[in-house]
Amino acid sequence: MELIINGHRKQVEIEPDTPLLWVLRDELGMTGTKYGCGLAQCGACTVLVDGQVTRSCVTPVEAVVGAAVTTIEAVSDDPVGRRVVEAWVKHQVPQCGYCQSGQVMTATALLKQSEKPSEEEIAAAMVNLCRCGTYNAIAAAVRDVAGVKS
Amino acid sequence: MMMRRFAPKGGPGPDQPAKLSRRGFLGAGAGALVLSVALPMGNTRAQAGKIVPGTRVSAFLEIRPDNKVLFRSPFIEGGQGIFTAMAQIVGEELDVDPAQFIVECAPPGPDYLLTMGARFTGGSMSVRMSYDTLRRLGAAARLMLIQAAAQRLGVPAASLSTKPGQVIHASSGRTLDYGAIAAAAAKLPVPSDAPLRSNADFRWIGKPIARLDVLEKSTGQARYSIDLSVKGMLHAAVQHAPRLGLEPASLTNEADVRAMPGVHSVHRLPGAVAVLANSWWRARRAVETLAVTWAEPAGAVVMPADFSSQAHRSKLTSMVGDGVAFETEGDVAAGLRGAARVVEATYEAPHLAHGQLEPPSALARFNKDGTLDLWLPNQAPEMFQTAAAKVAGLAPEKVFIHSPMLGGFFGRHFLYASANPFPQAILLSKAVGRPVKLIWSREEEFLRDALRPTGIARFRAGLDDAGLPVALSAVAVGEGAIGRWYGRQPDKVDSSAVEGIAGKPYAISHRRIGQIHVDDPAVIGFWRSVGHSMNDFFYETFFDEMADAGGQDPLALRRRLLARSPRHLTLLDAVVDLSGGWRRGPFKAADGSRRARGVAMASPFGSEAAAIAEVSLRSGEVVVHDIWVAIDPGRIVNPAIVEAQINSAVALGLSTTLLEEVVYANGEPQARNFDGYPILPPDRMPRVHVRIIESGAAMGGIGEPGLPAVPPAVTNAVSVLAGRRIRSLPLSKAGLT
Ligand code: FES
Ligand code: FES
Repeated sequence: MELIINGHRKQVEIEPDTPLLWVLRDELGMTGTKYGCGLAQCGACTVLVDGQVTRSCVTPVEAVVGAAVTTIEAVSDDPVGRRVVEAWVKHQVPQCGYCQSGQVMTATALLKQSEKPSEEEIAAAMVNLCRCGTYNAIAAAVRDVAGVKS
Repeated sequence: MMMRRFAPKGGPGPDQPAKLSRRGFLGAGAGALVLSVALPMGNTRAQAGKIVPGTRVSAFLEIRPDNKVLFRSPFIEGGQGIFTAMAQIVGEELDVDPAQFIVECAPPGPDYLLTMGARFTGGSMSVRMSYDTLRRLGAAARLMLIQAAAQRLGVPAASLSTKPGQVIHASSGRTLDYGAIAAAAAKLPVPSDAPLRSNADFRWIGKPIARLDVLEKSTGQARYSIDLSVKGMLHAAVQHAPRLGLEPASLTNEADVRAMPGVHSVHRLPGAVAVLANSWWRARRAVETLAVTWAEPAGAVVMPADFSSQAHRSKLTSMVGDGVAFETEGDVAAGLRGAARVVEATYEAPHLAHGQLEPPSALARFNKDGTLDLWLPNQAPEMFQTAAAKVAGLAPEKVFIHSPMLGGFFGRHFLYASANPFPQAILLSKAVGRPVKLIWSREEEFLRDALRPTGIARFRAGLDDAGLPVALSAVAVGEGAIGRWYGRQPDKVDSSAVEGIAGKPYAISHRRIGQIHVDDPAVIGFWRSVGHSMNDFFYETFFDEMADAGGQDPLALRRRLLARSPRHLTLLDAVVDLSGGWRRGPFKAADGSRRARGVAMASPFGSEAAAIAEVSLRSGEVVVHDIWVAIDPGRIVNPAIVEAQINSAVALGLSTTLLEEVVYANGEPQARNFDGYPILPPDRMPRVHVRIIESGAAMGGIGEPGLPAVPPAVTNAVSVLAGRRIRSLPLSKAGLT
């Protein structure tokens, strides 16, 4: 199977129903994308597939053949991703950090789709769980990039 | 500036006895730190006899030629910001900008036993236990650098000073980078009389310094245990017995499973079966395909097949009597007899899961030289070293413990028999002669987590003619986590079972706080703020019940009963001020919603906290709009980290208030993932406002103290809106309309 990960072509030999998450982590050694629940509950495993927010723990790898997969490892290659990371640093968002790859990817997807999302659009997009409760810092960082005053 | 390089895989460690009394570690009694802890002597002390913990500069610091400073932290980072706080404290005295620090968790060793003769990250202890020691360590290292520079420049040490990262000879204008003289400095004896910087001159302590790990955590670069790999390793997944204590009897489709893609081997383990494969997903799929029959071995200690949360709660509620006394003042029986009116109520709180977002894992590798490397999430490296050595059949010094960053912990990663994956990883690695990385799926984690205990509390308060409380009797029923893991004396109360009901500051003339011990059938453990996580909810909501019965405003009654406690009054006034003035409600907000506010206080882990919550109800669901928290930890190191920790504690406290409950039926937990055990989602997070008060009192904890006042503050407000007292959590089952 040929995958396109962060602009690079990768060959993998794997059962086609293997979740993309485990292909990234175990086959390709890209551990920035996290396993939290495996059940589309938490969002720690979020990647972008053709720009769409995707929970890779429940996405069979065969479903992304031919699509452009973007992971946290490439977030800084994207101008919007870079601004998101800068905002994350400025607002000192992460605590344990485990959910943050997914949070950053989700925010990047939102801000790439809509440069100035409304408060409601932000709330509708930023639904990933954070057990450390960094939600207010996440919201502040996203609003900052979006230029939304709270 | 290391003289002897520290053994890279973790040097020989002490044989840390696992049975170590934590009583007092977590702030017993009146919230005061009890230092007269019965610590085991054993050979930890014997080894430590030669080494005074926290003094050997070379064990902690390595200044590199590029002026970067590696600091080996006695405490593990899991989101609480401790690595940054360590860099601030040491950097302040060493005269190095904290941003120049690289911090990692130290291996086991006698140098790091800074938590009352032992070592663990917990009890909100890290900074307050090590602050003075680490300042002295930094100052000693700075003096060594000055002395080395004096030799190099051929000038008296007294003519030298430092600026960040450099020694300066002012009269000649010459400077030397720390990195250039670190090797020479490391050969000098460690001075014991290095002068400390005066507080007024602090540049980094007390300032909102940026955390050191934020960029790596924002770009997926941070490495957790679950992310590690070593050459030649196999991946492991397990299927646990559905009920603790059962053992695998027969595997009916073992041959089929062996033939699944990537499968290496199938194994039976104590209480579980395992599959090794060339990827974790393949191992997991195979192990979950295994058809296992489970048997109850004769004489084994097992979770009873009929254990249910509901039946256990009824049992706790049915226990009669006042239990063993923990705290008494005056004569509570006489006080109640003489009261104009008696108020009674029983409160309850459920088991809780930790739900840290990183599922537990362990990576074990036996080496040719007979040693074992073990990478695993843990809050106490020496204790895990001892336990791992037993499982592996090795001497403790042959086991190298590596402690990567934690993807959340909240008490999850202490040593709990049956709740840690490392014994399985060791057994599997031993069985196949290859390194093994084991990950517990979220489902297996929900099956084996060590839970926050469940408990109830029964209150009786006597009010006088004026409606003021004159007597209070409280009985907590259940089991504490300290007693479970560090030994319980039948005639003594485990402080972790009553903290938060005991140790309250209110002046009520006659008081008796007692406890009735009832074994908790579940595996219980430490959970952020331990006993306070439920007991302050019990006490502070009953407080409002007392206030209502006596016709008192709950804030006014608190102020009155704290009249002789200026620290608490200041705190209470601060949170009221922060919230823009007290209004209990119900009142109408600008958006038309009907709202109320609740207030609560707590004295956890050497700090004092007060919270006010503003809530409304929307179709039976509690909406929390704002939470204001004032906290007095005495003195602090980083206000930005304190604020982040308060946000975090509020989120977790609120999550338990609104949503969380582990339900057992037939001896099995009913929820196995976050779909059945919801935790606070972003759209239920309130605005959080924090005020820090540095009263100058002895330094208290930060990581946990923000939590305990949140559940009662919210519930007190909800009770106002509901027009009835709510005595049980979570509120999702309170039947609100
Ligand atoms: S791991 Fe994919 S949503 Fe939780
Ligand atoms: S930062 Fe820890 S789970 Fe979000």
